[in-house]
Amino acid sequence: MVFKVTNLIVTLIQGLSLGSIYALIALGYTMVYGIAKMLNFAHGDVIMVGAYMIYTTVALGKCPSILGIVISIIFSALLGIIIEFLAYKPLRRAPSLSVLITAIGVSYFLQNLALLIFKSDPKSIPTLFNLPPLHIGDKITVSGETLFTLGITVVLMIALTLFINKTKLGKAMRAVSEDKDAAMLMGINVNRTISITFAIGSALAAFASLCYGMSYTYIKPTTGSMPGIKAFTAAVFGGIGSVPGAMLGGIMLGVIEKLSMAYISTQFTDAIVFGVLILVLVIKPTGLLGKKINEKV
Amino acid sequence: MNKEYPKTKMVAPPPNILLPERDVDKPPVLDVRNLGIDFGGLRAVDDFSIAIGRTEISGLIGPNGAGKTTVFNLLTNVYQPTRGAILLDGKSTAGKLPSEVNRMGIARTFQNIRLFNNMSVIDNVKVGLGNSISENLFDSLFHTPRYRRSEREATERAYDLLKIFDMQDLAKVEAGNLPYGAQRRLEILRALATNPKVLLLDEPAAGMNPSETSELMDNIRKIRDEFQIAIVLIEHDMNLVMGLCEGIAVLNFGKIIAKGTPEDIKNNDKVIEAYLGRKEDENA
Repeated sequence: MVFKVTNLIVTLIQGLSLGSIYALIALGYTMVYGIAKMLNFAHGDVIMVGAYMIYTTVALGKCPSILGIVISIIFSALLGIIIEFLAYKPLRRAPSLSVLITAIGVSYFLQNLALLIFKSDPKSIPTLFNLPPLHIGDKITVSGETLFTLGITVVLMIALTLFINKTKLGKAMRAVSEDKDAAMLMGINVNRTISITFAIGSALAAFASLCYGMSYTYIKPTTGSMPGIKAFTAAVFGGIGSVPGAMLGGIMLGVIEKLSMAYISTQFTDAIVFGVLILVLVIKPTGLLGKKINEKV
Repeated sequence: MNKEYPKTKMVAPPPNILLPERDVDKPPVLDVRNLGIDFGGLRAVDDFSIAIGRTEISGLIGPNGAGKTTVFNLLTNVYQPTRGAILLDGKSTAGKLPSEVNRMGIARTFQNIRLFNNMSVIDNVKVGLGNSISENLFDSLFHTPRYRRSEREATERAYDLLKIFDMQDLAKVEAGNLPYGAQRRLEILRALATNPKVLLLDEPAAGMNPSETSELMDNIRKIRDEFQIAIVLIEHDMNLVMGLCEGIAVLNFGKIIAKGTPEDIKNNDKVIEAYLGRKEDENA
């Protein structure tokens, strides 16, 4: 195989784009983990629901693309709040294993509900926008979807970072994630803060499903599982609980995946991705940007 | 959590012997009646009654394990009392969430410092200011003029609070990187930021040297004078307690064994016994 710089650049851009989708999903995992100290395994399926909402509104309901997307985002955010309220809130003081199993249950519930409503045959997401590809020189062509994904992710990440660091609600979220009891005694409504976190995480997942749907076009009830697991991996890779960690982890995972697909082996891609994860965790058990865990004495 | 306390018989009005003279004519800010909690078969706190004056500095002392911190946990509704009632400014706090009790006007610090270590000093204070910042999700997301104004006000107020302990220059430092004494002081400021009527300090002088302690005493007095609030503190440093508190309650095995002015407490046999043991035991 002849090594070409142009191919490498295209692969890197594709990796960044795929990584952006992982990062958007990973943010949901990491924010919920940070604040509620639980792994929300139903998070991947929120992507699937978001994608079906776009399908329902745009393909079936003939809504304009923008309206369909807005509905999908709002619906996903509400779904996040409802899942938290019905499934996780009653278990706030339960052992974490119970919550984990409930999360897996919610995940299967959503998948089967989608199976019931939309049947098992893949549905195709219509073209939402006609995005022209970008040509750089003669050799490099980047698809419009890829650029859209990169652009929207950058905007969302900047907005999220500002939100978490600069606003009252963002500060409340950080306070709750550090010490729930102390936050409560400073007058913070912990339940409301957790609800908002689920809403934001799920809305980000809806953006991810938008980007995913534009690039991959077909959806089925299990669509959310694999990106969900990869994004969870990305969150752990970057250091679960850390917002910049989820961004970095997601993007690195996407780049590694595309690079190994292009230069090593398509079949071994997942093995290589998870191999790198194991390596990172062996060297740095808390993930790339994970915080040192202080032992309480 | 939203359940009422079990009904209890109210035993005669609580003796208000602790109210300092300037507060006598006003109703107490905190009126605790026959408060008690059981952990399984253990009566951790029993029949705890106390009235705190509006601008009083009072102390809660007692040997280790006497139930002092449990009382703080009861007053802030971290624990739901088994018996009794807590009236803050005449309103019962029964069934309220700890966050609601805080908003009603009780703020506290912790024995083992619990700052938000990964947040900056000023952000810790701003978390405390939270409820007085009028800004909702919409404002936050879209940076409305109201958001800008309220953020600016919050920053100003946070700096005003930091000035009390001369900590303005540390505003951007991560709380976890502060020296120990500064962490204790920041915890007080964070609690003060919630605009309390009653400030509960759990061992504010723990680990401080004598000069730091005496500075802390001046500052506690200053806070009381400036903010006109009641302060209740748990402390083992008797110089601080005797020098600062106007009223003292002594707790042993979950019960109040003595209440009074520092002079009363110093000479109280029961207190001496609780701390040093009975005379007969000395030779045992």
